[in-house]
Amino acid sequence: MSSTFLGMPATPPRSPYGTGNLRGDRKFPKAAHDELRNEQLRRNLGRATRTIRAKRLAVTAELPDWEALRDAGSAIKTETMNRLPELLEQLERNVTERGGTVHWARDGVEANEIVTRLVKATGSSDVIKVKSMATQEIGLNEHLESAGITPYETDLAELIVQLAHDKPSHILVPAIHRNRDEIRQIFLKEIPGVDPRLDNVPAHLAAAARAYLREKFMTTKVAVSGANFGIAETGTLAVVESEGNGRMCLTMPDTLITVMGIEKVLPRYQDLEVFLQLLPRSSTGERMNPYTSMWTGVTPGDGPQDFHLVLLDNGRTAALADRIGREALNCIRCSACLNVCPVYERAGGHAYGSTYPGPIGAVLTPQLAGMHAAKNDPNSSLPYASSLCGACFDACPVKIDIPSLLVELRHQNTEQSGATAEKLAMKAAATVMRHPKFFTAAQKGAGIGRVIGGRDGTISHLPPPFEGWSASRDTAVPPKQTFRSWLASDEGTATMRAAADEHAKNRKTTEEEK
Amino acid sequence: MTTARATVLGRIRDALALAPAPDTAVPRAYRTGRTLPDDARLALFTDRLVDYKATVHTCTADRTAQVVAEVLRERGARRIGVPAGLDPRWLDAYDGEVQQDSGDIPAPRLDALDGVLTASAVSCAETGTIFLDGSPDQGRRALSLVPDLHVCVVDLSTVEAGVPEAVARLVPQRPTTLISGPSATSDIELERVEGVHGPRTLAVVIRTDV
Repeated sequence: MSSTFLGMPATPPRSPYGTGNLRGDRKFPKAAHDELRNEQLRRNLGRATRTIRAKRLAVTAELPDWEALRDAGSAIKTETMNRLPELLEQLERNVTERGGTVHWARDGVEANEIVTRLVKATGSSDVIKVKSMATQEIGLNEHLESAGITPYETDLAELIVQLAHDKPSHILVPAIHRNRDEIRQIFLKEIPGVDPRLDNVPAHLAAAARAYLREKFMTTKVAVSGANFGIAETGTLAVVESEGNGRMCLTMPDTLITVMGIEKVLPRYQDLEVFLQLLPRSSTGERMNPYTSMWTGVTPGDGPQDFHLVLLDNGRTAALADRIGREALNCIRCSACLNVCPVYERAGGHAYGSTYPGPIGAVLTPQLAGMHAAKNDPNSSLPYASSLCGACFDACPVKIDIPSLLVELRHQNTEQSGATAEKLAMKAAATVMRHPKFFTAAQKGAGIGRVIGGRDGTISHLPPPFEGWSASRDTAVPPKQTFRSWLASDEGTATMRAAADEHAKNRKTTEEEK
Repeated sequence: MTTARATVLGRIRDALALAPAPDTAVPRAYRTGRTLPDDARLALFTDRLVDYKATVHTCTADRTAQVVAEVLRERGARRIGVPAGLDPRWLDAYDGEVQQDSGDIPAPRLDALDGVLTASAVSCAETGTIFLDGSPDQGRRALSLVPDLHVCVVDLSTVEAGVPEAVARLVPQRPTTLISGPSATSDIELERVEGVHGPRTLAVVIRTDV
């Protein structure tokens, strides 16, 4: 047992600043501003999210017990977080008993080092990879490359992203921002020996990827995967996928290295009966995904004979220490919240700057990596990348209350921001509104706004510290005079008197009609 | 020096001490223990498989060899692999070459086969899912993965109504593969394409009287 447990509990650290892919290089509004100009991106995204929304609704409506499954899924994840230490120790014990080796990583840097060391020990200079959010989060590919090891992404969308030297923009379909013509161009340019007559038919593009990767699957000795679930009770790991690239990576090589976030553990094998219904229907909108692989340690004569499980913290314990925010750890990475989000649908995944985009990314990223790790931390803008419409909450298969988490993060951001201009302005406004004389003077002062308003009567750029407000909306100029000064004028008095006369006349007419 | 293991476990305990959460019982009000009559399970399972673009062939146990031979012939499979524990009588009517699998055959060599014939452990009607668990009549995982055609024999008595009923029949420690139709991707403009890295053709032979 750790000595820290016996003393005062310390707040666990976030993912170290400057490592991995949990922070963009600019704030959301600025990044979104540029992405919104990309009409191709918006067309691709709009079409894709519409399609998948319809599919999800159809297959979730099919199950009369969908809400009961969500309740169970939510409760199982809550139970998991409460019992996390014992469940991880149980998982470790069972994986080890079945011939696997378990490693622990405090952060992404340590996980990258462990994986690199394990790959080097095999003597292989190549690894094949199953799509994995955790390894994307820690920047494993970049680290492997710097150590002279070539990672080959084998999921079609991840392959497209890797070949285009691009970044993923969606949890489930990382190349959703690309259309078939763009993908054809990428393949023609980047796949060695591809048929130059390759057209843009998705089936033909998929066939080109199959031909390219087939040889890698047959010859590469090491694979790296993530895990959708790790069962504490049995030591079983599960990878949910569609293409068969997962099965290839989990079956063909001699060595398998799985990187799993510590929150992915589930208490019981039986719990799979819930998540194997929730995940595919929420994620791809299918009754079941084409392939799911489950393995427990090493099976003699079947699959990799050398198996390593790397358990990753990287800020997860910091999220767990937040009474409200910890709920984000319940996420099963289905991406349903992205597909229903009006902000994601327009801005796209890159604007969030993190491996985790969309509504869940806006709550998970600041919790894993912090919001104030740097001056003007881009992550501090993420809780505001939402209209709080609540569609994400309704879509979430484990009922994460994302809007409430966003509001809590906004609160934390304001608290941590110190003496901001906004805080000072609010304080000043409170004083002014308590004193009628100040209030009248302030209203007179607002008349200056008419000068910067120009002819169209709107202000599109407010001076600091109010530029944040005017960056995303126009401000109407203040009227010529305040209501109170108008009421006191001759015109005001005459208008009020006329209105009173009119009212008296109407009342008289109504009474006569009776 | 503190190990990463001790540090991470210590952090988790600290986190739980800082933000304790109430214990929750897991409500399992969803459907479990469902049963359906044979004809309803067969109809539902068939409907789902066809939806995934798998081909479905229904027969009685005494016609297994004939149906298997027909399916393999239709697909032009001249050389197939079988797991060591497969019932040899299923191949009585097949006139192609049969390679019995063994651990001595390197997995990449399975690429030279036209197809593979296996049994199955359990299936789920509602989702059209077949579960393979590495039993002797199903073989190692590579065998049902590398060849481009998978002919899978399913006995109706092993087809359960829903996911909970099917999961309850699994042996957790066995390497288990869930198969719902042929390999597929929707990565390009969310348009479904059948056949990427796994077998591009899945043919299911359902035996209705066993």
